[in-house]
Amino acid sequence: MSALGIVGGVVQPLAVVAGSPVLVGMMRQVRARLEGRAGPGIAQPWRDLRKLFGKEPIAPRGTGVVFRAAPYALVATTLVVSFVAPLATVDSPLDPVADLFAVVALLTAGTVALALAGLDTGTAFGGMGASREMTIVALVEPTLLVAVFALSVPVGSTNLAAIVSSTLRDPARAISPASLLAAVALVIVIVAETGRLPVDNPSTHLELTMVHEAMVLEYAGPDLALVELASAMRLGVFLALLANLFVPWGIATTAGPFAVLGGVLALAVKVVVLGLALAVGEVFLAKLRLFRVPELLAGSFLLALLAVAASFFLA
Amino acid sequence: MTHTFGDLVGHRRTARVIAPDELAEHVKGLLAVGYRPALVAGHDDTTRLRAVYLFTQAGSDHRVELHVPLDRAAERLPSLAGLSFPIGRFEREMRDLFGIVPAEHPLPRRLVRHFHWPRGWYPMRADAGDPPEFGDVDGPYPFRTVEGPGVYEIPVGPVHAGMIEPGHFRFSVVGETILNLKARLWFVHKGLEKLFQGRRPDQGVELAERISGDTAVGHTLAYCIAVEDALDISVPAAARRDRAVLLELERLHNHVADIGALCNDVGHGILHAHAGRIREWLLRANEEITGHRLLRGAIRPGTTRLLAAPDTEFLATIAMDVAEIAGLAVEHSVVRDRFGGTARLTAGQAADLGVLGYVARASGLTFDARHDHPFVRPPLPRSAPSHTEGDVLSRFLIRNGEIQESVAWISALLDGAADLEPDLPGVAARSGVGIVEGWRGAIAHRVEIARDGTLSRVKVVDPSFFNWPALPVALADTIVPDFPLVNKSFNLSYAGNDL
Repeated sequence: MSALGIVGGVVQPLAVVAGSPVLVGMMRQVRARLEGRAGPGIAQPWRDLRKLFGKEPIAPRGTGVVFRAAPYALVATTLVVSFVAPLATVDSPLDPVADLFAVVALLTAGTVALALAGLDTGTAFGGMGASREMTIVALVEPTLLVAVFALSVPVGSTNLAAIVSSTLRDPARAISPASLLAAVALVIVIVAETGRLPVDNPSTHLELTMVHEAMVLEYAGPDLALVELASAMRLGVFLALLANLFVPWGIATTAGPFAVLGGVLALAVKVVVLGLALAVGEVFLAKLRLFRVPELLAGSFLLALLAVAASFFLA
Repeated sequence: MTHTFGDLVGHRRTARVIAPDELAEHVKGLLAVGYRPALVAGHDDTTRLRAVYLFTQAGSDHRVELHVPLDRAAERLPSLAGLSFPIGRFEREMRDLFGIVPAEHPLPRRLVRHFHWPRGWYPMRADAGDPPEFGDVDGPYPFRTVEGPGVYEIPVGPVHAGMIEPGHFRFSVVGETILNLKARLWFVHKGLEKLFQGRRPDQGVELAERISGDTAVGHTLAYCIAVEDALDISVPAAARRDRAVLLELERLHNHVADIGALCNDVGHGILHAHAGRIREWLLRANEEITGHRLLRGAIRPGTTRLLAAPDTEFLATIAMDVAEIAGLAVEHSVVRDRFGGTARLTAGQAADLGVLGYVARASGLTFDARHDHPFVRPPLPRSAPSHTEGDVLSRFLIRNGEIQESVAWISALLDGAADLEPDLPGVAARSGVGIVEGWRGAIAHRVEIARDGTLSRVKVVDPSFFNWPALPVALADTIVPDFPLVNKSFNLSYAGNDL
């Protein structure tokens, strides 16, 4: 465990927790301005979280331990990923965990916990949301694994830090066909995984169309705050991983204070740019009919497969 | 036509008193020559009850009333549900409010009757008294159970996540496909028709304006025309023209809101934001024109008072803006995919259910009270509906078409296209009918005025009463996540439906 790893293990979770709600706020604000609305300002998610954390915890009658534990599981898995993955620093405090499969499994574990909580409420909406979420996850996870696998082939390791360092050493790899195909596939699965348009509409109030929101309808107060915070963190982590897998420059490679500060700043810039691009793109999108979502995700899976093929044949 | 229509009692309206056993014969004859049931209402004449059936004919603008007095001993009518689906619904309403039993009704369940009203309490009867305390619930509410592998139910409402009126929807679903939908409404009975009773006609206006908040002009106008018909009040031609303009202004702001909301329901927020901007402009213009953003306060029996004339250039700009929004929506491939072919209501289904307004026109029916029951002459020319597929896309595009048509019609009216014939002299028969094409469809009011000049009965029919049953029909085989979109494409009133 290197000094850089320890520094990263402290700085990264702090940056993710503090910055993710701001990221969501910026995305909403950009979208509001582009649509000609005033918008609530970028600090609104934090204001909402403060309000929710100040409320008394309430759980619906009939729900059990799954329902109460799910928000913590969701936050915990995302925190572990932000602890180990190469976001601001290349080294990891727990290097074996910074593995492609481990990270994807951790993020999926959070999703599954939430889906189980949706089922635990026993309401039609919880079940409906869980069923839709599982349909999407079943299509998303293979693509996610295959796309990152395409990146790991030239490196010969599924360790995320190794992939990032390798791209740092050999910048041409970032624009190889395999890398570009994998990037497109990853963008689509990240949009699906984080519940953004055109797969899910995070701002809808229509219960029957919801996916993610339907699972968390029964949450209130601090539990809801944890779910909201975790959703924002997942979005931040996904965007940070996407950025670092393809454009790792700026990430801290030494434990010096300026290097680490530079790493955090680079992370913030990259994530904000990606987030804003996502927000701007959403203005022009509409939500797909639910049964069209698998077609979109099948397309992204195909791209990921092509990326793997390209990484073998064109490397 | 071998029918004798009875005596002339109002504007193009004849009435005839018949016995219950003659009813089916008469109604059959009227339906056969193209009459449509516009309104069925119970009346409590203290010594006896009376049912009134109002039929209207689109081509001739004739209105025919059948009055069926019922002795206190035998408060029964033969059910006509087999002849006409809407009459069957009116019969259930009459039974729930007056206790007039439709004999052998195929679906004798309660309709408007509130769950908690005591059995045998009929709120519209003269001796009903104040609303009682809520009693025991009146038996379980029967939902049709759909059985089979993988079928489950989704209950939604009556309290919803958004700011909408109360309605409970019970979906029977396989996977995401809707097999059956039951819409349970009638949570908000306000006793509105009873509130009219005993008021002077000019005091009824404030109630009519509030029957359905988004249809202030439509209901007020139908009410005023009915009162004028009953008392033979003649309305100056200019006032009738202004009423026609107000009716179109109401159509404009509601259709614009719906166009935006439909885009929002498929997640295309930017078009919703722009529709919201246009609607706000229209509401501000409404305030300049009438002093009220929702156009209240302008129409009174016998008169219409505008503070300013509408700016036709401004409205032409609005129409272009809306056309651009509608164009952007349907050119967006995802939006088009969501709208096109979703929840189709065939022309046959629409005709059988007696559907009205844009919902009917989007399925290819042409009925439009502005043309068929006009109060300005010459009436709005009948135009063939531009989109007749009966799906969400048609209901979306037909709104845009109606906005364009409304703006052109307002300009034509203000330029003096209507030659402003004087009002036809009628008879003051103390009963009157007003039929108006509100933005949702044809609104019908029927008033009766007592000897002392107060209202003795006001019956209000919002087009939503006819259109609600069409929603579950259109939704068969649609997927659950499309329901909010389909519901918005119908955009039916709860308040106007449950009086």
